[in-house]
Amino acid sequence: MFALTHDPIDHHALTESVRRDGCGAVVLFLGTVRDLTGEQVTVFLDYEAYPPMAEKKLSEIEAEVRRRWPVGEVAMVHRLGRLEVGEVSVAVAVSTPHRADAFEACRYAIDTLKELVPIWKKENAPDGSSSWIEGGTPS
Amino acid sequence: MSNTFVVHLFAAVAERMRVRVLELTLPPGATVADARAWFARTSPDVIELIERSAVAVNHEYAADDRVLNPGDELAVIPPVSGG
Repeated sequence: MFALTHDPIDHHALTESVRRDGCGAVVLFLGTVRDLTGEQVTVFLDYEAYPPMAEKKLSEIEAEVRRRWPVGEVAMVHRLGRLEVGEVSVAVAVSTPHRADAFEACRYAIDTLKELVPIWKKENAPDGSSSWIEGGTPS
Repeated sequence: MSNTFVVHLFAAVAERMRVRVLELTLPPGATVADARAWFARTSPDVIELIERSAVAVNHEYAADDRVLNPGDELAVIPPVSGG
């Protein structure tokens, strides 16, 4: 399961949604808005996406996670719009029978999301200035 | 004969070009590289950013030699920063 949303992410509900009787391990990753990057103070972030392509890439990541690990369920949600410091921008929850697979699958999902999914964030500073953050360039 | 393509722009590219969607007309057989060259001609002030960006065709990352077909949807994908 994957989703883009403008609403706050209910990470407790997301975690519950991946629990399965056959899975003894659940790993949850949360990305949250940090107040400081190096010396730069962030007041809030704006996230935007290219939704149809972002959903396609998330579906490919989900398929790859299911192919590589014995996943009970995997759920990825990314929030868009304005987020204040401390809010959850992304959540990835994975269940597997044993913990090593759950950690690995969750790590793969969030790392690949950050590398490939067309979503961008703009940092807004206390003085009113803002800048788009550049991560990787997919190839 | 020529083909017109819708091009979606995002983040810093959209902000600097002050537009989020534009139409691009290219001759038949044009490639992603030709689309990039169009940006270099018409928007030289953002070309450095576009050179660092990927181009997507129909929601998939596309190489410069990808031939464009009528109806293809293009997008300029600046370095992503989700998460």
